[in-house]
Amino acid sequence: MTGSIELTRKYRFSASHRLHAPQMGDAENRELYGKCNNAFGHGHNYEVAVTVRGPVEARSGRVVDPELLDGLVRREVLEPLEHRNLNEEVEAFRAAVPTSENLGREVVRRLKQNWRAVFPADGPRLERVAIAETSRNAFEVSAHEIE
Amino acid sequence: MLITRKVEFSASHVCRNPQLSELENRALFGAAANPHGHGHNYVLEVTVEGMPDPVTGMVLDLKALKETMNREVVEIYDHRFLNREVAPFDRVIPTPENIAIDIWNRLQPHLSGPRGRLHGVRIYETPDLYVDYFGDAA
Repeated sequence: MTGSIELTRKYRFSASHRLHAPQMGDAENRELYGKCNNAFGHGHNYEVAVTVRGPVEARSGRVVDPELLDGLVRREVLEPLEHRNLNEEVEAFRAAVPTSENLGREVVRRLKQNWRAVFPADGPRLERVAIAETSRNAFEVSAHEIE
Repeated sequence: MLITRKVEFSASHVCRNPQLSELENRALFGAAANPHGHGHNYVLEVTVEGMPDPVTGMVLDLKALKETMNREVVEIYDHRFLNREVAPFDRVIPTPENIAIDIWNRLQPHLSGPRGRLHGVRIYETPDLYVDYFGDAA
């Protein structure tokens, strides 16, 4: 047997956000978040890398059907977030600051919640999601970190 | 400590299962099932694990790793039609998953010494799709 293998697919979307924690004062927010605290918000071209793990299926020679994965990611992540203001238009970020950390956790949550509708119980598992807000940073969230 | 070396090669392939019908193959593999084949610029990243030698300060000779990768993989895969010219792809579907496993199997016997043990193989089929294989023990 070949053991497990991981397949990673990268996706992109663009969105705006503002980093501002309502529990802290304005001066504290400016101090902590710097330019990211600008009241009018700002945007990024986000890159989302989705890693799937599982055995190689003999019939297809694959771990996962890329079209099924693409469809799930498109419906649950790309379409709801593409060209949106994350703070104003995405429910999860009414209560949480839309940092890449929290965005990564939200993407894992969305994929896990809908995973079973697309993939069978003995099929591929979501392993991790990595968010790159710019090409100079990366935030990885393991699927098992999120219930 | 992990050390990764990268190399590129270009090759063509077809993703089809001969036990399936034309329609089933098209449904399963999409455009990749085109029997005439299509190509990719593959990027291979080979990661080796080990501790630096106290005298040389190196885990392994990277020149030797480059030569191994060239001899065992690039010279065999580069500018070839994988299904027709590179075993085992006359009978194994050359998906990136199976290519990663084959490259692991080709490299592993040469990278199993006390210094510089093969840790992982990453193969990019496109900049947006890659597969990692860490051997059958992982």
